[in-house]
Amino acid sequence: MAAVTETLDTVQSVTQSGYKWGFETTIEMDFAPKGLSEDIIRLISTRKEEPEWMLEWRLKAYAAWLKMEEPHWARVDHPPIDYQDLHYYAAPKKRAGPKSLDEVDPELLKMYEKLGIPLKERAILAGVDPDTVEDRQVAVDAVFDSVSVATTFQATLRKAGVIFCPISEAIREHPDLVKQYLGTVVPTGDNFFAALNSAVFTDGSFVYIPKGVRCPMELSTYFRINARNTGQFERTLIIAEAGSHVSYLEGCTAPQRDENQLHAAVVELIAMDDAQIKYSTVQNWYPGDANGKGGIYNFVTKRGACRGARSKISWTQVETGSAITWKYPSCVLHGEDSVGEFYSVAVTNNHQQADTGTKMIHIGKGSRSTIISKGISAGHSNNTYRGLVRMLPGAANARNFTQCDSLLIGDQCGAHTVPYIESRNPTAKVEHEATTSKIADDQLFYCRQRGLSEEDAVSLIVNGFCKDVLKELPMEFAVEAQKLLAVSLEGSVG
Amino acid sequence: MSTGASGFLERFEGVLGKLPGDSALRAAAAAAFRASGLPGDSRGRRIEAWKYTSLRAVADAKFQREAAPRHEAETILAGLPLLDAPRIIFVDGAWRDDLSAIAAAGFARFAQQPDFGTLTWPDREPMVALNTMLAEDGAVLDVPADHDGGVVQLVSIAASDADFHPRHSVRLGRGARLTLVEISVGQGTYLLNTVAEIHVAEGATLTHIRLQDEAASAFHVSTTYADVEAGATYDSFTLNLGARLSRTEVHAQLTGKGGAAHLNAAQLLAGSQHADFTSVVGHTAPGCQSRQTVKNVLAGKSRGVFQGKIEVARQAQKTDGYQMNQALLLSPFAEVDSKPELEIFADDVKCSHGATVGELDAEQMFYLRSRGVPEAEARSILVRAFLAEALDAVADETIRARLEAAVEGWWERQAA
Repeated sequence: MAAVTETLDTVQSVTQSGYKWGFETTIEMDFAPKGLSEDIIRLISTRKEEPEWMLEWRLKAYAAWLKMEEPHWARVDHPPIDYQDLHYYAAPKKRAGPKSLDEVDPELLKMYEKLGIPLKERAILAGVDPDTVEDRQVAVDAVFDSVSVATTFQATLRKAGVIFCPISEAIREHPDLVKQYLGTVVPTGDNFFAALNSAVFTDGSFVYIPKGVRCPMELSTYFRINARNTGQFERTLIIAEAGSHVSYLEGCTAPQRDENQLHAAVVELIAMDDAQIKYSTVQNWYPGDANGKGGIYNFVTKRGACRGARSKISWTQVETGSAITWKYPSCVLHGEDSVGEFYSVAVTNNHQQADTGTKMIHIGKGSRSTIISKGISAGHSNNTYRGLVRMLPGAANARNFTQCDSLLIGDQCGAHTVPYIESRNPTAKVEHEATTSKIADDQLFYCRQRGLSEEDAVSLIVNGFCKDVLKELPMEFAVEAQKLLAVSLEGSVG
Repeated sequence: MSTGASGFLERFEGVLGKLPGDSALRAAAAAAFRASGLPGDSRGRRIEAWKYTSLRAVADAKFQREAAPRHEAETILAGLPLLDAPRIIFVDGAWRDDLSAIAAAGFARFAQQPDFGTLTWPDREPMVALNTMLAEDGAVLDVPADHDGGVVQLVSIAASDADFHPRHSVRLGRGARLTLVEISVGQGTYLLNTVAEIHVAEGATLTHIRLQDEAASAFHVSTTYADVEAGATYDSFTLNLGARLSRTEVHAQLTGKGGAAHLNAAQLLAGSQHADFTSVVGHTAPGCQSRQTVKNVLAGKSRGVFQGKIEVARQAQKTDGYQMNQALLLSPFAEVDSKPELEIFADDVKCSHGATVGELDAEQMFYLRSRGVPEAEARSILVRAFLAEALDAVADETIRARLEAAVEGWWERQAA
């Protein structure tokens, strides 16, 4: 019940304060000129002190991107994006590389403090009772705009043999691993936004878990978009060797802005035999104001390859932010008996548009996948689930279960479901269910009768509606996610 | 003679002005068809509505208009399981007075009353554009208000290796009733590209049963637009058994309060058959109901496609929409593609869909086998049981029995 009380408190505080995470820090920024060209890509590569092969890789992606057209099949509507009117590189002005927290810009630390991310070692995230939790450790690789400024827990991780560092560092320090895996799950020419990302990505995380290692802590990255008109192009690569295990958390907030900001991230996951990767996201970037002005454009390509037998990749996402969300975390299930999971809550309010879902490509024998998607639309928003389940001829005895539920709050919003089911193996079983409904009057009545306000009642019911997904989140996120749901739906009833 | 889209366009140039009806409308349709091409044609744009079905084979086929039909229409007709009810017979797309038996009242031919209607979108749908260009004949059925039209059979027999583009129109007045049984059969390599426009006025009920059992090398494309008014019911069932490639497309608009649309179908495919059942149910008025059960049974190297969309407009509160799609894969080479889609803009609705894909249930098989039922028979029992649920949607027992007989015939063909 504690979480519910907190949810209610949050609603209260936010009703008064508006978008709570909307502030700007005033750290000096270092910009590349606006626009995209081979020269800008060379500049990014030079700034990142990249080897020649990386520059070539980027230029190849850029050449592919130039020939591609921006996709328009998603149910999202936005003014045309002028790709030449963006900064493709922005970095906080650098001091000589910080070696410890003491050296990190105090402004930055203050900002993280405001955001509630403890950067200290042995930190336990706010809101969690230390007595009920076992000494949980969270390693944070904080991404401030384009440069990772602080990395903690390195010592513990190093002892376990885990590599967790900014991808730009990995390109320099672990070129063989990066060369071997980068772009093998999401090729440079995969889609328009992935190609763009491949050409200009400036940062992101790199994780390598050696054979048989269970990562000693949850890995967490904090993305933030902070400079005006800066597209954020993160690139994350996680490799879990045979028998290893890792849980990765990604969360993000962004300061309030008037202008739309483009974000096109690429995340690649690779799981070998018996390896497990759990990737959790809470996304609450600035969604624009109540009239649909401003907000982040979020065009993300996330894909995991279950390459090994019995490997498992699990995506959990709570998407409450962004003006536009275009995101389909997918699993390619090569391995025999490999497992893919997708748990998603997407909330849209005001004029937000979300087109999100997953792809489960079953290649290996006995591969299994589960899709649980909960979409909640309120205000004037549109919320679409778009998903693909494909059983290839070799996917004998493969199995998929999909459940997509949509909840509509108010009569000016839209909820859409677009599943694609393709099967070419008779022994593969696919089950798909989808429902659309509003909050039942009797549920609302029950809560109101017990003295809850209508808004509190709605947030309670919505949290119940999303329970199946929220319970998949690591504890640190579960609490935050519940708060977020309530905040996101603020003002949608009554 | 050219094939593909240009072949059709050339022929259109030749017959322009000789065909009945509004020639400006036909010219506009030709322009739309010129722009779109045949879906899946190499030069055509990718169209989402045709994601799983390509008419490349239609583009490559050579259709010829011949003076005399190659096959005996009478013989084909004699083999049909017709009911003792009025019948309208078209052979190679042309009305055959001598074979038909229908009262003059309420029946006319498109050739005499060339009305293209108001529901279709030639600029959005290439095959509707093609039909609008080249339609020569078709049935125009009018059932007056509060009249029970009983059962009417509408039969298409193809006897030549040509392309036919019938244009039908069915209008039920207020409170009227009609059961329309549509059968399409033939011999040879031909293209039947039908467009039907249906109006079901307030409180009227149209039961529309279709049996498609075309020749094994034929192409069958059928596009139906139905406008269902307040308290009216459009109850349709389609059984697709034949054709090398078929596409059944139904658009039902529920435009009045309390209307109902039932778009049920079953497809049984074998060999290298491809059948696509695509439907769009538009709820534009409050308190309407739509129901759909679509089943695919896929043997051999066949491919079954189901695309079903339920659209609920902002004002269509209290909508009740349900859709079920199931596919049974009987062979390791068969493929099913299913896209059940919901597009909902009203909040007080109850919409759901379900889809399952798989083979016969191993436990059920085991149950039957353990009781001494041979494997082939056990399979056939289970497949029939699977289909029975879809056929149950056909309320008229006599008609259902005919459909069941057609399914039996399909089984016999598989066994042979």
